[in-house]
This record gives sequence, structure tokens and C-alpha cells, in this order.
Amino acid sequence: MKPLIASLVLLLMLGTQPLPAAVTLESFTFAAEADKQRFKELIEQLRCLVCQNQSLADSDAELAHDLRAEVYEMMTDGNSDAEIAEFLVARYGDFVLYNPPVKPSTYLLWYGPFVLLLIAAFLLLRAVRRQKKTPEAEFSGAEQKRLQDVLGQAETDKDARI
Amino acid sequence: MVRHLRYLAPLAIFAVLVAFLYRGLSLDPKLVPSPLVGKPAPAFSLTRLEDAAATITEADLKGKVSLLNIWATWCVSCRAEHEVLVRLAQTGKVDIYGLNYKDDRAQALRWLQQLGNPYVTNAFDADGRVGIDWGVYGAPETFVIDRQGIIRHKHIGPLTDQIVNDEIMPLITQLQATT
Repeated sequence: MKPLIASLVLLLMLGTQPLPAAVTLESFTFAAEADKQRFKELIEQLRCLVCQNQSLADSDAELAHDLRAEVYEMMTDGNSDAEIAEFLVARYGDFVLYNPPVKPSTYLLWYGPFVLLLIAAFLLLRAVRRQKKTPEAEFSGAEQKRLQDVLGQAETDKDARI
Repeated sequence: MVRHLRYLAPLAIFAVLVAFLYRGLSLDPKLVPSPLVGKPAPAFSLTRLEDAAATITEADLKGKVSLLNIWATWCVSCRAEHEVLVRLAQTGKVDIYGLNYKDDRAQALRWLQQLGNPYVTNAFDADGRVGIDWGVYGAPETFVIDRQGIIRHKHIGPLTDQIVNDEIMPLITQLQATT
């Protein structure tokens, strides 16, 4: 009974709350939750140049405030995410993007690990092949005798200990 | 002989790694190369710091080699840089323009009165919007702009006499020699 009353009370409380006309984040107002989500995702992918290990979303730097306002304005003006990113890259360089674009100067960054992997795979394959090819070494007569002697010695030692 | 060389491979790899890491030690991550270098100066139209009724645009910088220095009274290293700019202006070799960035007009004018004014004129960028167009992320910053209004160099951080003598002045002389 009690949980039922509690949930009824909760329901009533919810009902009395005015429905939000718009969604807000910081000082920004959005027409819909989806817009707010889009804004959040966008500023999380952009780096603040003042405190470089923080995104625009995390940073409290003055510039980050200004750039958030800029991004918000561009968004409300109907610019696409790509256009907004392009706007910032034109001014601050690729460094503002946490995800570096694939272009000649970043080929090493993007494809370097795969090249290394290929080289490692090649070396490994070659080493394995070479090992297989090496024939089992035959013992010469003297070596064979010495081996017998050593083994025999070990056996005798073992027997002696028991 | 060749068989023995393979044992040197780890040493060689180690040497390459050391070279990269050593280079990394002397790189400053705060210095982000500007994509604006080699491009025309971004357009702007702002009021002048000295006269709210007068405007200044990027066109005013054309026709001669000039410097655009981004500064503010709240910027501590701008104060350290200021005397360097004053000395540079006294040589009369280059016109220095100022972009007063997110500042208070009265305070900025007082600063120039007290510390000397190396600027031909100052653009007053109260909300920092022009600063964003110029890719400003930390005052002081200084742009070298050629006759055609193309940005040729960007220096991030305070200028020192050494930087002016070793980097800025040689570039200015070179740009002034070409028409």
C-alpha cells in the first residue's frame, strides 16, 4: 500500500511541475532535447586551446566560453557539424579536433601502426619458416659418446642418491 | 659479419626512439601553428581604441609591411612585452598596429598613456569576435603582414628583443625588399 501512495504522491508532484518550454545548458537555450544533445556532443569533440587537455565542453577558460557561444550561434543559424568544425579548423588548425583528419601529413599517424604490424608479421613469419628449415643436427660419433656418458653418469648419480 | 649486425638492431631502434623523445622535450605544446600563415588577413571592421567614432579594417594594414599585436591590460605577459614593442616602434622600421582584445577602453587608454604607445592605431575588439577570426587563443600574439595583406608569420607569446632581432626584423626586412 505504502509504495502505491508514494508513487501517487510523486505522480501528483510531477503533474504540478510546469512543463519546460525549452531545454537549457549553461546559458544556452535549445528548442529540443536533441539539439542540446547535438551541441553537447559537438563541444566534447573540440579541443580548448587554452587548457589543451580539456574539450570545449569541460574548459572554463574565457576562450572556451566564447567558442561555445560561437558554436551555439552557428548551430542555431542552421550550420552542420562539419561546417562548424571547418570554421574552427580554419582559425585554429586541426589541433582543435580531437579526431585528427586523414590527410598526407597524418598518414603516418593513421597508417603507421598497420605498417609496423605488417613488418612485424613478416619478420615473425620469416623466423618461423627459417626455424622449420633448419635440419635436426646429427651428433658426430664423439658427441654421441659424450652424450651417453653424461646421461649414464646422471643415472648412476640418481641411483646412488636413492 | 652480417649475422652480428642483427644484434645491433635493438640498439638502432633505441637510438631512433631516443632521438624522437629528445626532440619532444624541446617542443612546446602551447605553440600551435596557425593555419592563417600564408593566407590573407581575416576581414574585420572595428572601432578604434582611441576614437569610438572611427573605424579600422584589415584594408588599413595593406600597402606596407606591418605588425598586428594582440594585447590586453589583463594580460600579464603583454606588460612584459610592451617595452619591447615601444623600442621596436622607435626604430621606425615597421608600423605596429594593435588589436586590443576583450579589454576595457578606459583602462587600455590609461595603459598606453602610462607605458607609452608603440601603436599606429588600435582596433578595439571588446567581445573577442575578431580575435576568434584571427585564431587568437592567448594574448600576446603578433602577426607579421606583408604589403598585399598576407599573413607571413605568427608569433605566440610575448616578444623579446632577441626574438625581434633574430626572427621578426629579418623577416620584415626581407618582406620590405620584395614588392
